[in-house]
Amino acid sequence: MNKPVNQKAWLLVLPVLICVAFSSILPLMTVVNYSVQDIISPERRVFVGTEWFASVMRDRELHAALARQIVFSLSVLAVEIPLGIALALSMPASGWRASAALVAVALPLLIPWNVVGTIWQIFCRTDIGLLGSAIKALGLEYSYTGDATQAWLTVLLMDVWHWTPLVALLAYAGLRAIPDAYYQAARIDGASRLAVFRYIQLPKIRGVLMIAVLLRFMDSFMIYTEPFVLTGGGPGNATTFLSQYLTQKAVGQFDLGPAAAFSLIYFLIIMLLCFILYNWMQRLGTPGRADK
Amino acid sequence: MFAWMAWTTPVAVFFICMALMLAGMTVWELKRPSTLRKGFLPIATTRGDRLSIGLLTAAYINLAFVGLADRIGASLSLANPPSVWISFVLSMAVLAFIMRRG
Amino acid sequence: MKKRSLLLIVYIALSMLPIYWMVNMSFKSNAEILSSFTVLPLHFTWANYQTILTDSSWYSGYINSLIYVTINTVISVTAALPAAYAFSRYTFLGDKHLFFWLLTNRMTPPAVFLLPFFQLYSTIGLMDTHLAVALAHLVFNVPLAVWILEGFMSGIAREIDETAYIDGYSFPRFFTTIFLPLIKAGVGVAAFFCFMFSWVELLLARTLTSVNAKPIVATMTRTVSAAGMDWATLAAAGVLTVIPGAIVIWFVRQHIARGFAMGRV
Repeated sequence: MNKPVNQKAWLLVLPVLICVAFSSILPLMTVVNYSVQDIISPERRVFVGTEWFASVMRDRELHAALARQIVFSLSVLAVEIPLGIALALSMPASGWRASAALVAVALPLLIPWNVVGTIWQIFCRTDIGLLGSAIKALGLEYSYTGDATQAWLTVLLMDVWHWTPLVALLAYAGLRAIPDAYYQAARIDGASRLAVFRYIQLPKIRGVLMIAVLLRFMDSFMIYTEPFVLTGGGPGNATTFLSQYLTQKAVGQFDLGPAAAFSLIYFLIIMLLCFILYNWMQRLGTPGRADK
Repeated sequence: MFAWMAWTTPVAVFFICMALMLAGMTVWELKRPSTLRKGFLPIATTRGDRLSIGLLTAAYINLAFVGLADRIGASLSLANPPSVWISFVLSMAVLAFIMRRG
Repeated sequence: MKKRSLLLIVYIALSMLPIYWMVNMSFKSNAEILSSFTVLPLHFTWANYQTILTDSSWYSGYINSLIYVTINTVISVTAALPAAYAFSRYTFLGDKHLFFWLLTNRMTPPAVFLLPFFQLYSTIGLMDTHLAVALAHLVFNVPLAVWILEGFMSGIAREIDETAYIDGYSFPRFFTTIFLPLIKAGVGVAAFFCFMFSWVELLLARTLTSVNAKPIVATMTRTVSAAGMDWATLAAAGVLTVIPGAIVIWFVRQHIARGFAMGRV
């Protein structure tokens, strides 16, 4: 079942190409131009070669932001993936309760990201927030604006609240795709609940999980809005992640050159992650298509 | 019209080379379609796949070199950090290697 | 069985708490929020919503957002339809690489494109217009729409196309009269996700606008920094931003699960 070769298909892709060329290729070329120049004003520009790249690569704050980013993204995965699987396993398979559970779980996904920040801002304040005052009532010191560790944990908690549903939905979709015959066979064999999970469910949803892992990793790698609204990157730099740092440089300080060099490095990292994701999906897609 | 893009000659040359490379690959592919094959890379690749992997690798090599250049210069006690042309040649060699053997 | 649903119920209850708290606060007055701590509003009030719906600096934000989100969704889905058809039906030179490249655009942080967008739109005089934001959001929404639509189209048997061509249908006529109705659900889901992602995007929308096209998401963050303590209005504005998404999801609710089920969002 191979798709016919037809080079005229390029004509069909043309509208997309024009849209994306305007909004992606031209900007990217511009970023490359900026990255090799010292732009004092639009008329006064000096070619500086790879200097910005060198200075960005040596930038200690950037290293710190990158390290924070990686630790954050890994923590996100460590919490969200197991929790998402557990949720998917506990969701009913069919009926109105399944739809109700699905909608209820998915709800945080549908909230605008800045509102997510606002919600948590309200929720975590010790004077007016439910969580904040609950923690205070337990006799603990809590302030997401004052204490670096607590700010970081709050952002993590917010991300878990916001994005675990995506993992749960993906895992749930994977679980529903397992034919009933597998479960019947397991029941005949008298397999335990754990064995069913270990030998039937986990291998079957491995592919979807891999996609969930990569999507979550990449998305958390570009997190901007929620911490911007909640903590503004503070206290100090405790919750300043890569996108936030880049935006500070680009719009805040208007350092066009370094910001552009930084953008390109950021872009390369994303390209690599994307490449891995894409190949995973290709590998996954091939047997699936053969089944049809 | 394109003034806002702040063009410089080296970047223009870079993008012209990329465009030529893409055009060349297209012509090559039309004349002699490539087949999927397995080289030293962990996945089976076509010619175009190898080009994109090679270019990405080349970008990383150059970046790493630029980042480490002054340290390399210092350890070899050179007056100036080594020229980026060294890493450029190196990365092109890697690209060629990936194209042939990947 | 019981133990498992317990986890689900506890999780849903916990995840509802922050939302509930915002809704709760949106019906209180600022004085009540700051003076007393209650689970339900003591003096139930619509005043906050009234403020938003009558103060033009608030409601114009919603209108601006709706305008650019709609423009963006229409362009994204229209451009993506033929491309998705090409990807799902034909092999052509460089198709895989093109698809991969589209994917990278979806995944690139908007911050990377921020600088050139700023310069580009300043140059062509589009700064602070709805069109600027709509065009900027194409960078992640067009690939997304192609991706989702391709998935739905691949689920339709190719024999349908072939039969139609044999019956003498031209491509445009086949596409609009036969194919499009078949993938209605896909179009709905794609439009929904385009709407979503354009609606929630803050960074580009905030940077490319200042007054005339200032979106609600920006209005909200600026109020936080300026007034500081107007929690009640902020909560009400938050509740209102959730509503358009909720309305849209109501229309595509049967297909959302399928969209997610394809593992493609």
